[in-house]
Amino acid sequence: MSNRTIIPFGPQHPVLPEPIHLDLVMEDETVVEAIPRIGWVHRGLEKLVEKKDFLEMTYVAERICGICSFIHGLTYCHGIEQIMNIEVPIRAHYLRTLWSEFSRIHSHLLWLGLVADAFGFESLFMHSWRIREKVLDIIEATTGGRVIFGSAKVGGTRRDIDNDMLKRILIQVTEIDKEMKEISQTFLNDFSVQQRLKDVGILSKADANMLGAVGPMLRASGVNQDMRKLNYAAYGQINWEPVIAQEGDCYARVQVRVGELFQASDIIRQVIEKIPEGPVDVKVTGMPQGEFFARTEQPRGEVIYYLKGNGTKNLERMRVRTPTFANIPAITKVLPGIQLADVPMMLLTIDPCISCTER
Amino acid sequence: MIEEQKTIEISPSDLVVKVRDMFVEQYRLVQIGATKLPDRIEINYSFDKNYQFINFRLILMDDKVEIPSVSGVYWNALFYENEIHDLFGLNIKGIVLDFKGTFYETKEKFAFASCPPKVEPIVRVKEKGKLNEQ
Repeated sequence: MSNRTIIPFGPQHPVLPEPIHLDLVMEDETVVEAIPRIGWVHRGLEKLVEKKDFLEMTYVAERICGICSFIHGLTYCHGIEQIMNIEVPIRAHYLRTLWSEFSRIHSHLLWLGLVADAFGFESLFMHSWRIREKVLDIIEATTGGRVIFGSAKVGGTRRDIDNDMLKRILIQVTEIDKEMKEISQTFLNDFSVQQRLKDVGILSKADANMLGAVGPMLRASGVNQDMRKLNYAAYGQINWEPVIAQEGDCYARVQVRVGELFQASDIIRQVIEKIPEGPVDVKVTGMPQGEFFARTEQPRGEVIYYLKGNGTKNLERMRVRTPTFANIPAITKVLPGIQLADVPMMLLTIDPCISCTER
Repeated sequence: MIEEQKTIEISPSDLVVKVRDMFVEQYRLVQIGATKLPDRIEINYSFDKNYQFINFRLILMDDKVEIPSVSGVYWNALFYENEIHDLFGLNIKGIVLDFKGTFYETKEKFAFASCPPKVEPIVRVKEKGKLNEQ
């Protein structure tokens, strides 16, 4: 038997934008066990419900993550609206769907860029982020923010988008689509990319399900599950199906995310075609009393907000379970058996967001 | 549309058996989360299968009660259980990988173990054309 060594991986590592630590138990160059550890950026944001009222907490929810900021806010508002039986205007549902899908495109382009950077394809990284800038420009033009949208509110949305702007978005999305097609050819067909990603870090369908994996990590293993099928926002009025792949390796995770780029732009087109005229918010009266588990699909996967109100302005509990938290068990099961050189790539394929995870 | 969410109260002694049933039925463990209330602690074990959401709830009257770990059934439960231990100070026995309080290194130990004093709800009553707060 070879000698075993333990290599500490992280919390500071060139491939990790945020701190997570793995004790990698190695036999020569092969990982035989991975023990994770988090806890460097825990902010205790959930505890703020004791100080901020249930309307102010929307801002806190939006600040849990800088990438899926809008969907955090949306999920929180959706949960409160379910507890308080608030009927959100249909136009607001469509706007929420539009901004959610722009979030998905910019998140996936960010991730594709990071992956390209990790396997040493600098120009592909730069092209991914160049296209992402155009998406951020649209987000800025419609919400005023590039990172924190500030557009979700309990009872609807804070802002509307006029019809001229919607027409301009349609033209821009078509242009962005063309550029995404160009880079997706390289991500999916380039020989060196395939060499780094195919047959690396395979997660079986059964393991993905039983380890509680979510999002592209789950769908890349052949599980057809996407929380948008719960028909929150306007997803029930849109024609779409989850993007899935079967192989469960790093390449399959890229396939799913690339597929979701084009799915998102298609959903945006349908939203612009179908969005009705009307108000974008309703007045909220009363205080939340009751509980609800709000579930939505972020770019990284299912996020859950457990909200419990007791009829006062402060909630009794806000508990957030983010997609990265759900994907950590899967990654620690997949790492054994792979080569040390593939660990950064494998870790990146869950698209880790640690600030989000620790809240 | 309101998603149907079923919550079933169970006791600590039934927990592992009930969770094993969910595993056999191929439910996915969605999350485990604790809630500290003025008079009790609730722990929610949430499961999903084909978008059907089921929640088991343990109600503990004090934080000294020993809770059996379900990480022997669902391996990924160990992360939720370590989190609950570190934030709420609850006593979970038999976690397959027990970080023994080092999963979250918070400045204040068991930072979520306390809850604020109960505030009575404000009732607004309309009386002779003007609003009074009681």
